[in-house]
Amino acid sequence: MKQLLCPLNGLRNISEFLYGGEVHEPSDPRNSSASDWAEHVFFDKNPAGLVLEWWCHRPTSYWFIAERNTITDEVLRTLPSSEIFSDRVEFSARIDGGAGV
Amino acid sequence: MLELTEARVSDSRLPPPFGLQIERDRSVHFTFDGRSFTGLEGDSIASALAANDQWLLSRSFKYHRPRGFLTLAGQDANTLVQLPANPNALADVVPITEGLKVSPQNFSGTLERDRGALIGRLARFLPVAFYYKAFFRPRGIWQLWARFFRKRAGLGVIDESFEPVRYTQTHRHCDILIVGGGPAGLASSLEAASTGADVLLVDENVSLGGALNYGEFGDPSGPEASRRAELISAVNASKRIETLTGAICNGWFADNWIPVIQGHALIKVRARKVIFCTGSLEQPAIFRNNDLPGIFLSSAVLRLMHLYGVRPGRRGVIVSGNWEGYRTALALCRAGVGVVGIVDLRARPQAGHPLIDQVMQCGLPIWFEHGVDQAIASRDQNHVAAIDIGELDCGAVDRRSLSRLHCDFVVMAVGYVPTYQLAAQAGGKLSYDDAYAIFSIDQLPDNCLIAGSVNGFWDIDDVISDGVRAAREALPHQKFTGEVEPSRAKDEAINFPWPIFTHSKGKEFVDFDEDLQIADIVNATRDGYEHIQLVKRYSTAGMGPSQGRHSALTVARLVADATGKSVADTGVTTARPPFAAEQLAHTAGRGFFLARRSSIHHRHLELGAVMLQAGAWLRPAFYGEVSDRSACIRAEMQHVRQSVGLIDVSTLGGIEVRGPDAAEFLNRIYTGGFKKQPVGKARYALLINEAGVVVDDGVACRLHANHYYVTATTGGVDAVYRNMLKWNAQWRLNLDIANVTSAYCAINIAGPDARAVLSRVVDDVALDEANFPYMGVRTGHLGGIPIRLIRVGFVGELGFELHGPHQFGEAIWDQLMAAGKDTDIQPFGVEAQRGLRLEKGHIIVGQDTDAMSNPFEVQMDWALSRKKPFFVGHRTLQELEKQPLGRVLVGFEIKDAGQPIPLESHLVLDGEAMIGRVTSCILSPTLNTIIGLAYVKADHAELGGSLTIKVDGGHRIAAEVVPMPFYDPKNQRQVSE
Repeated sequence: MKQLLCPLNGLRNISEFLYGGEVHEPSDPRNSSASDWAEHVFFDKNPAGLVLEWWCHRPTSYWFIAERNTITDEVLRTLPSSEIFSDRVEFSARIDGGAGV
Repeated sequence: MLELTEARVSDSRLPPPFGLQIERDRSVHFTFDGRSFTGLEGDSIASALAANDQWLLSRSFKYHRPRGFLTLAGQDANTLVQLPANPNALADVVPITEGLKVSPQNFSGTLERDRGALIGRLARFLPVAFYYKAFFRPRGIWQLWARFFRKRAGLGVIDESFEPVRYTQTHRHCDILIVGGGPAGLASSLEAASTGADVLLVDENVSLGGALNYGEFGDPSGPEASRRAELISAVNASKRIETLTGAICNGWFADNWIPVIQGHALIKVRARKVIFCTGSLEQPAIFRNNDLPGIFLSSAVLRLMHLYGVRPGRRGVIVSGNWEGYRTALALCRAGVGVVGIVDLRARPQAGHPLIDQVMQCGLPIWFEHGVDQAIASRDQNHVAAIDIGELDCGAVDRRSLSRLHCDFVVMAVGYVPTYQLAAQAGGKLSYDDAYAIFSIDQLPDNCLIAGSVNGFWDIDDVISDGVRAAREALPHQKFTGEVEPSRAKDEAINFPWPIFTHSKGKEFVDFDEDLQIADIVNATRDGYEHIQLVKRYSTAGMGPSQGRHSALTVARLVADATGKSVADTGVTTARPPFAAEQLAHTAGRGFFLARRSSIHHRHLELGAVMLQAGAWLRPAFYGEVSDRSACIRAEMQHVRQSVGLIDVSTLGGIEVRGPDAAEFLNRIYTGGFKKQPVGKARYALLINEAGVVVDDGVACRLHANHYYVTATTGGVDAVYRNMLKWNAQWRLNLDIANVTSAYCAINIAGPDARAVLSRVVDDVALDEANFPYMGVRTGHLGGIPIRLIRVGFVGELGFELHGPHQFGEAIWDQLMAAGKDTDIQPFGVEAQRGLRLEKGHIIVGQDTDAMSNPFEVQMDWALSRKKPFFVGHRTLQELEKQPLGRVLVGFEIKDAGQPIPLESHLVLDGEAMIGRVTSCILSPTLNTIIGLAYVKADHAELGGSLTIKVDGGHRIAAEVVPMPFYDPKNQRQVSE
């Protein structure tokens, strides 16, 4: 069984973790075209090489980010999510286009 | 000469120091094949039988040829025997115990005269891949043949009446795991332990020492007794080394996760570093009849003498392609065992060699540059009686020069294969050194090392130095004094490159497990299967119990030769775990059913509840006898509609959202609006994901401007909670989120009399309609217990949800039951609740929604806030709303209550076309019609339209699309003065 280094809990068996998908670029839902939005929601880049991924340590519900090489399946580093998402995200008050939901 | 072999020695025990492992004054009695035998404490089944001159152990798989042990190390399938509780025990590993009943396997008639051996005469009609070629036509014929073959090929028999034994699984963490307790492993352990590292040393044999116990390392007085004692006592004295003997490392998995099997225990080891000191496996020479009992590997003969004090016979011939054969010959002479001479496959070295001189001094003849033409069986066909040898000409035996050497045993010393299996699983690559005709291992990952003969060292001093070297490399941050540099001077070639002697009549066995001969392997390549992996699958080479331990090298050499490739390019097949046979009980372990129980669980049992599994929880399905299921559920539902019932809803998820951004956060997470929600009010909370799919629902109770208590579904709360945390890991809002599900018990009291009952026990909350309206939230006390009260209407009656500290679950339940006694309060279960909510037209996420359901399909547009700048899934809904609706969740009614009740996922048809499916359906006791929910294509969703539902048995039932809710459409029941 593989192990993963949780930034909060240390080195733990992979069975304690939940994979949370690739870390996506922050997108602006209000100003993206339908196809861009579909790309954002439904597609991962799935590169052969380095990728940032969300992982959750289930017993503590702690989310963090791992950088993994998908060719060697080697985790290069793990880091608290705050190192990548450091700023408060705001959404402006009004939806462009207005009508509808 | 022949008479001598027939007589065979009876007093076979050699004097000490031979017999390291046996206790000569302790006899052990056992039976083999129904006959009584006496061995000594410390004997394996095979060694005890050998001491009694019983060399025949089994019959081979295909041709039923007589077989004895080859390795005496538990590495060949020839020694598989039947024990009462173990259908396939290795006779050279399992120790004898008093009264043990051992039976040989795979023969018909008697072991000595097996009728099945006749099949050997048909060998030329049984070509390689015989099954594939012969039994595939006509279609289905294999099923018939299989029965016959299974019986022919059968090994052990399972004793179905055996007493179950408890097996255990444990975990062990260590700094360094050392696999193999031979000289390299012992030295490595000591070096690692000297730094304070936590060392786990695992060896498959009954005692440590490995080759130090039996190997001939050039000391004329025998094995390295003093060095062995020194190393083993130092290891035993070390507090940093834990030793497991009789334990097998059965595989290597990612990040040094290694199963170790010891008796009835499976130990899951996690090691920072692993050092494989797994040694090497000696290989047989390949010549006609090389499988006869009495033909042994040199290491097997040394093990037999040194470990068990048993002589291998009276007159042996040594077939040698290295100096190991000479050392074995000298050991035999020292033991007083007759040696006919040495057949050396090599040319006489021009420079001479000290071992040649020593052997000559013992008076033994040496035939240089000779090979083996064939072995000759004794009169009863069950033992070797002679071998024919001849001069070698370009690697083949010149048949004009044949001479016969009578003997009763033959020793083969032609080379080794490193025990590469575990190292290969760890990522090590096997390469072949053509100059020395041997495999070597490299490219191991950083956390794995190899040392000793598996790493190509053979001189005992080098082996020990290499163990020390590996320990130092495994601990790069430690300081060590002194230099260690095992020399890799390969002046002694341990492997003879081509110990393979083809015979015109065949029976030169390459794979003893599967009875494969040279021609079988060569013909596989001629049939077009040239790749080693294909050769294996086509010929079954290496697929038997010993997994190619003694055939992989020969097969690689034969395939390389036949295909004109190098052995390095040919390689070996993948060595997957497990390394040795393991029992199902080792991996099956014990079954666990993880069940969560609410704090009111025992009250439900006392009331006769039938429990069901809801996610991880046990919940009351209904109260009463299983045989009265429908009637019980019906009665519970009617009771709620007519007076008052209560249900344990502790399993509902509870999440606390606290902080200045609590309202902003809920606004983003859920579809509805929460910023203007007044304190003391609850709001329905619908959760969708980024793809716009409904994933959960609950109510959000605002207890304070900065404090929400949000409920979630029983099965969904963990995911909802995790999801909330993940979103806020990105948004960085100022709040705290806590999953408090198990901190609270919760009870829903519902029915026209609910308020009356509650008012008797709630101390400090005004419950009347004006002060505590529908969807109100209050905090107060019930009999002194702090509680949160929520006015909800899930079941469609006046109702209150009471959430209190979980440890007071029974107290709250008891007080409500007592207070409701005169209004005949009754508990109701999950089934009644599902029925009641369906009458009210409330959906259950996960039952009435699926992985594609969006809010429009389930007619929940009302739960979407149209004023918010953002919520999860919002953007997707904007796109979905532009598209025509594909399907709609509608309510349907079947007026004739006598019709069969459709079940979940029954199809809705339009003619023969499938237009939807049922998600929920009951016979409503309140309305006395069949009601349900179904997805239908949007053009069939019109009210009053008719639907056809296909139920079990293919019956078609007419239903009508009706408005929802089915019950109390004006919501008058939830409100009462």
